[in-house]
Amino acid sequence: MSLPTRPAPAGRVRSFINRLRTGDEVAHLITLLFATSIFLVTALLVFELYDNSALPRHKFGWAFFVTQTWDPVFENFGALPFIYGTVVTSALALLIAVPLGVGAAIFLAELAPRPISDALTFIIELLAAVPTVIFGLIGMFVLVPFMRVYVEPFLKATLGFLPLFKGPLYGIGFLTAGVLLGIIVIPFIVSVSREVLLAVPVDQREAALALGATKWEATWKVVVPFARTGIFGSIFLSMARALGETMAVTMVIGNVPKIATSLFAPGYSIAAIIANEFSEATGDLYVQSLVELGLVLFLLTILLNGLARLMIVATAKRGTSQE
Amino acid sequence: MNYRYAWRRVVNAVMLTLTGLCALVTVSALFLILGYLVYNGGRDLSWDFFTKLPKPVGETGGGMANAIVGSGKLLLLAAMIGVPVGFMGGVYLAEYGGKTFSFLVRYTADLLNGVPSVVMGIFIYTAVVIPMRGYSALAGGLALGVMLMPIVLRSTEQFLRAVPVSLREGAMALGARKWKAILTVVIPAGYKGIATGILLSLARVAGETAPLLFTSASNRFWSHGWLHGETASLPVMIFYYALSAYDDWHRQAWAAGLVLLTLVLFANIGAKLILSRSATR
Repeated sequence: MSLPTRPAPAGRVRSFINRLRTGDEVAHLITLLFATSIFLVTALLVFELYDNSALPRHKFGWAFFVTQTWDPVFENFGALPFIYGTVVTSALALLIAVPLGVGAAIFLAELAPRPISDALTFIIELLAAVPTVIFGLIGMFVLVPFMRVYVEPFLKATLGFLPLFKGPLYGIGFLTAGVLLGIIVIPFIVSVSREVLLAVPVDQREAALALGATKWEATWKVVVPFARTGIFGSIFLSMARALGETMAVTMVIGNVPKIATSLFAPGYSIAAIIANEFSEATGDLYVQSLVELGLVLFLLTILLNGLARLMIVATAKRGTSQE
Repeated sequence: MNYRYAWRRVVNAVMLTLTGLCALVTVSALFLILGYLVYNGGRDLSWDFFTKLPKPVGETGGGMANAIVGSGKLLLLAAMIGVPVGFMGGVYLAEYGGKTFSFLVRYTADLLNGVPSVVMGIFIYTAVVIPMRGYSALAGGLALGVMLMPIVLRSTEQFLRAVPVSLREGAMALGARKWKAILTVVIPAGYKGIATGILLSLARVAGETAPLLFTSASNRFWSHGWLHGETASLPVMIFYYALSAYDDWHRQAWAAGLVLLTLVLFANIGAKLILSRSATR
């Protein structure tokens, strides 16, 4: 097919100039410029984080990650308590959110009639839109007393022989932060998992049912394994959210840079210490140690997000192709 | 054999009920949060909250007028910075993009979307606040604007892709250049979706606290100007008021939480309604 209205341009330069004059190439280049700026912003972000954490990287090296002291007065900084707090609270969050979230997604995708499923999904997605500082507010004034008065005494009475459930009950601490984080990430697991489950071809279910499987067997042994990669993707995605979540954790974790085996003990997380101390930090080494913590958090979440997106794309042709 | 079949039936019923319970628990969480906020915040929400400045420390009463205006300022700046980049980038991906380069842009945008908001705060602090020697509304707006970019980009692309190819072909068959077809036919056809996408992304960054803590910070009076000086915002006020030791401040934090949540939920519900209505038509 050729366009007869335009004289055939001789050579690529002429054609380019022609398109430039008619505006097509201009529009192309302008939009391309904006699209490229996404790379620029990301590159600048990485550069700023790396460049501004040079001091602690040279002074502490890898020891930064295994040192337990955080002493701004004598400028001795170690990240271990914060990494520990971040990992423990995120693990707790997933422990709560994965069974609940995947269960709810199975209900919404396999059992509920479509209108009900859509309505419930809408509500769950609204939950994802609630600002996390509001979760923090609820956490501080509702969840913390609730944990201190009901949940923690119960756990101590029943599972108190484990070192995880020993020690005084404050209400604030790893456990409460983990529970709150769990509530925050459930909507992400539900909405992505449901989407992935709905993308499983109907034949798969019909074949299993035709072989005499019950509804649950068809779901658990055929549909869920089929969507496995995508569900793992959603879990990774919510793990990245949990690791980076700042406000809600800062408000309930207790902000004590200590490693404790008990889940009742107050702790600290990477995001929480940045939020609390960054604007008040004095001295380059102090500030840059906090930036290095930010860099660690950034790399962790990038890794998890990168993996998650690829996994979701692999199952549902979704994720990166449309949000 | 019959015994085994009965057992399978029981497992079926129990597990399916459990999944229903999971869904119920998750959904009820929203209503608990909403109910508690309305109950607690509604009591202390008064006209003063919207019109008065915070009272000096120790006095009760006063409002958060400066934080409401500050949040508005920050969102306006964020929209001015984030929306053009996201929108134009989305147009590129949907209309011009090739395969590999587009995939890279999309993937980078998704990664940028997943960057913890507190890290975004550090980025703007080192890149903007330090060179400009101080907190400003501009720095806060930039932090939110950068968060806006990938979200707007992806939603714009998605809604432009939903515009039928026949519309583009029709415009070009009438002799329109490609850019003219995009500008006068494709974008108007998808504008409703694009606008709701922008609304949703603004609702999302409106509640962000962590990136503002050390970019626009907070204060207790009117902040004039955009380039210099702390600017209060609702989420940051909620954070500081909740952590304070005064009961009156706690009550105001609840009221502010109710206002913020109402705004965010209304934006979300409105956007969903617009989208579902245009989808059924």
